[in-house]
Amino acid sequence: MVEYSIWETILLSVLGIIAVFIVLAVLMLFIKVITFVSRVAGGKEKPATPAASDKLAAYAKGSCGDVKLHNVPDKDAAMIMAIVADKLKTPLNELRFISIKMIGE
Amino acid sequence: MHMIRDIIFGLWESSGLAGIADPRQIIMILISCFLLYLGIKKKFEPLLLVGIAFGMLLTNLPMSGLYHPEFWSLAEVNYSDVFHSGGLLDFLYIGVKTGIYPSLIFLGVGAMTDFGPMLSNPKSLLLGAAAQLGIYCALILAIVLGFPGNVAAAIAIIGGADGPTAIYVTKILAPEYLGPIAIAAYSYMALIPLIQPPIMRALTTQKEREIKMDQLREVSKLEKIIFPIAVTIFTVLILPSVAPLIGCLMLGNLFRECGVTDRLSDTAQNALMNIVTIFLGVSVGATAIYSRFLSLDTIKIIFIGLFAFSFSTVGGLLFGKLMCRLSKGKINPLIGSAGVSAVPMAARVSQIEGQKANPSNFLLMHAMGPNVAGVIGSAVAAGFLLYIYG
Repeated sequence: MVEYSIWETILLSVLGIIAVFIVLAVLMLFIKVITFVSRVAGGKEKPATPAASDKLAAYAKGSCGDVKLHNVPDKDAAMIMAIVADKLKTPLNELRFISIKMIGE
Repeated sequence: MHMIRDIIFGLWESSGLAGIADPRQIIMILISCFLLYLGIKKKFEPLLLVGIAFGMLLTNLPMSGLYHPEFWSLAEVNYSDVFHSGGLLDFLYIGVKTGIYPSLIFLGVGAMTDFGPMLSNPKSLLLGAAAQLGIYCALILAIVLGFPGNVAAAIAIIGGADGPTAIYVTKILAPEYLGPIAIAAYSYMALIPLIQPPIMRALTTQKEREIKMDQLREVSKLEKIIFPIAVTIFTVLILPSVAPLIGCLMLGNLFRECGVTDRLSDTAQNALMNIVTIFLGVSVGATAIYSRFLSLDTIKIIFIGLFAFSFSTVGGLLFGKLMCRLSKGKINPLIGSAGVSAVPMAARVSQIEGQKANPSNFLLMHAMGPNVAGVIGSAVAAGFLLYIYG
């Protein structure tokens, strides 16, 4: 077996850490390719973009999403939504209000 | 009267007490009892340390005949001698000598590891690479302290903070040092919560430690399935010498992720892992025989091991700081120290230190990325050392 001097060992060590960096850096690029391929191949199972029905289901659990108010104070909007929920006999968190617009005084 | 005297004399002569020829045997028995105390009472890596310490105890009890170091010190092991006159621990040691146990441990580790955090943030692989710095610093130090190259490489791998890799490399490069190197590696892994925090605080500012990182994206099942297959092909093509380790690690992970081998994954994670851990611990402990263990070299190995662990932590942290700068403060450098393998202890230390600086900080999943990357990084470093000194 070859024995290396201290200077050669230092050089080998630098080479060694560079080798680890290169292998893991290439692996990093490899993972990026895998991610890209899996996104293309299995687009439907992408967890980051839930289906529309999932979105609605998510809203139904605790929130009805954002409602756009056009010239309506928050207090009046809250009252309108409560009245609608009461009339429909449906819990407020199962309704989705998209916008409330003031038509005229 | 003569008969009774002869029987008593014969009993004494055949007892282990009469076989104590060297006071170092008693010192080794005391050391193994101390290691048992550390494992049981202080919970220092108990799953392995208890087995190692007990193996050490058995091998140093005189006339037990469980382990014969002379069988294993030959350049070419004569297995017919081992099968004819070997003791129990000789038979168990075959698994270490042939590299079966570290590979099977990696199979279990792979089945227990979720590579998701690393897949969602591939940059963490670079932190896993930087945290191998200690291996190469320790290699230089070991050469300076007078160890031959192959032994220096085996000692240096302690810096990877990965027990099975350390055992795998040592049994190839310097089998006579297996006992002290394995004990140093596992003891320091258990001491990570004491070794790392002072270095982490010294090398990072309060502001850096407070950084909150963005939530990781979810990783699809397909990515998790492709990953072990692709890594095996890629890594083994580049470094064939680590094929047993990386191959088993990734096979275990594929069992876990593919979704159709749950029973195999369960066996690899539990039954197989536990059986191999027992065999590995006891047989590695058996190599710590008094004539080899009680030497100046052991003290040097323990010192170099601490040095290696510290420099691996420094490497990860400094690279973490660099990534923090480059990302304009989006990466908390504390996750860099988790790049030393020691899964999941090192990641937990990053989490604890991050939370001390900012109680609303949750770094655990971010630190798991470099942590599992460190396992691959130390295997790659081992492959490099095996290529150079093997």
